[in-house]
Amino acid sequence: MTQGRHSGLSSVVKDITRIVAAFIMLFGIYIVLYGHLTPGGGFTGGVILAAGVVLVVLAFGRDFSQRLSLTERAASFCDSAGALGFLVVALLGYTVNTFFMARFIHAQAPFRLFSAPAILLANLAIGAKVAAALFGVFLAMAVWRPGPREGRLS
Amino acid sequence: MTGIAACHLSLGAGRAAGLLPYAVALGLLVIGLYAIVAKKNLIKIIVGLLIADYAVNLFLILTGYRPGTEGHAGAPILTDGAQAARTAFLRNTTDPLPQALILTSIVIGLGIVALVVSLAVRLYEKYGTFDVTDIRKLRG
Amino acid sequence: MDFVSIELLVLLAFMAIGSLVAVEVRDLLSSIICVGAVGFALAMVFLFLGAPDLAITQVVVEILALVILLRVVLTREDRTHETPKDTLTVAGTALVLGGLVAAGVFVMAGMNPVGEPLFGTEGRSAPAHVSAVGTAPPSVEAVTAEQFGPPAGRTAAEQYVAQGLEKTGASNYVMGILLDFRAYDTLGEATVIFVSIIGAYAVLRKVGRLRPGQGGGVT
Repeated sequence: MTQGRHSGLSSVVKDITRIVAAFIMLFGIYIVLYGHLTPGGGFTGGVILAAGVVLVVLAFGRDFSQRLSLTERAASFCDSAGALGFLVVALLGYTVNTFFMARFIHAQAPFRLFSAPAILLANLAIGAKVAAALFGVFLAMAVWRPGPREGRLS
Repeated sequence: MTGIAACHLSLGAGRAAGLLPYAVALGLLVIGLYAIVAKKNLIKIIVGLLIADYAVNLFLILTGYRPGTEGHAGAPILTDGAQAARTAFLRNTTDPLPQALILTSIVIGLGIVALVVSLAVRLYEKYGTFDVTDIRKLRG
Repeated sequence: MDFVSIELLVLLAFMAIGSLVAVEVRDLLSSIICVGAVGFALAMVFLFLGAPDLAITQVVVEILALVILLRVVLTREDRTHETPKDTLTVAGTALVLGGLVAAGVFVMAGMNPVGEPLFGTEGRSAPAHVSAVGTAPPSVEAVTAEQFGPPAGRTAAEQYVAQGLEKTGASNYVMGILLDFRAYDTLGEATVIFVSIIGAYAVLRKVGRLRPGQGGGVT
C-alpha cells in the first residue's frame, strides 16, 4: 500500500494536502468554537480535526509527521488533557452550587461567541479529546507492524 | 401548515405509509443482526455491526421529525431572536432531544468500530485468517 | 403520505438495498464500499430530517470508519470459505430474526406516523420576554409559568426548547441539551470513547505481550 516503509503517498497528494490541510483544521476549530451558535459542537469539530491530522499523516508518511510531533505520545497526552479539562469544568460547578456540573457562569446575551461560556469551555475540552483519541487510534492501527509471526496455539 | 391537524384524519393506508420509514429502520436492524449472527467472515460481522448501528440512529431520528412550514424540516437552531420568529420556531422545530442522543451514539459507534477492527487485526496476525470457524477450531 | 416525502423514501430504499448488497457480496472491498454508501445516505437522511450537526458528524465519522476498515482489508488476504449450513442453524436464525420482526411490528403498530413527534406545541407561543441584547434574562420559571400555564410543558423536550435560550444562552438547542441540561450523558460518552480507545491501544501494543514459545500460562 505504501512505497517504502513510511514514505506517504504521491507528490500530487502531497501538494494538495499542503494547501488543504490547514483549511480543514481551521474549519474544525471553527466548528468547535461556534458549536453553541451553528450546527456542530465539540464532537463534530473533534472528528473533523482528527480527519485533518489523519490526512497529513497519510499523505506525508510517518517519518515526516514525527518531525511535526504528531506522535502517539502527543495524541495520548491531548486525549487525557481533554478528558481532564471536561472534568474540571464539571467540578467547577461546585464553586457555585452544591452539585456536580452546575452552571457556574450564567447565560449572557444570546447569539454571540460568549453567550454560553460554560458550553464553550466544555466544547473545547471535548473537541481536543475526541480529535486526539481518534487520531491516536488511527496511528496505533496504521503503523502497527506485526512481531515475528506467533505460532498457532496448542 | 395544517398538516398536524390533517394527519389526525390519516388512517389505514395513510398511516401505514407514515410508518414505512420505521419499517425500513427495522429491516436494516434485522439485516445487520443477520450479518452478525450468520456470517463467517470477521469483516462481514463488523459490517453487520455498522449497519445495525445505522439502523438504530435512523430509528431515533425518525421519532423526532416534524415537518416545517416551508416544506423542509426546521433544524433546532435559532437564528432570529424576534418574538414572531421564536413562536414559529417553537411550532416548527424538530425535536432536539433525540438529536443530542444520536450525536452521542454516532461518535461512540466510531469508537466501537476502532476497537473491533483492532481486535480483527490481532486475530488475523495470530491465526492468519478472518474466518471465525477456523479460529474457533484452532483453539482446540 | 403528507410528511414522508419522496426523497426520504428513495434514500431509505437506497439504504436498504445497499445494506443487503454489503452483507451478501463476496468481495470484502465491495462490501466495505457499500457500507460507506449506506452511511453517506444516512447523512443525507439526517439533512432531510432537519439535523445538520448529525449530518456533518455522520459524514466525517463515516470517512474515518472507511479509512480504518480499508486499512485492515487491503493488505490482508481473505481465506474464508462459506460452508453450507445445516437446517438447525438456519431454522434457529430464522426463528430469532422472525421473532424480532414480529416484536418490531407489534411496537410500530402503536406509534405515531413519521412527522408527529410525541411532543406537540400546538397553540403554545414563545416566552414574551426575549432578552434584548445586553439586558439580564428574566426569571425562567416566571416566564414559563406565565406563557404555558401549569404544568409547564408536558415533556422534557418541550421544556428544553421553551427555556433553552434563556437558561443556557446557546441558540443551538442540541448543544445546549448535550452540554448543559444533559451534561452527564456527555460525560458518559467521553468515558466510553476513552475506554474504547484504551482497549484498542491495549490490543495493539507491542510491549508486554508474550513472546512465541512463552505461552501456556494465564496472561
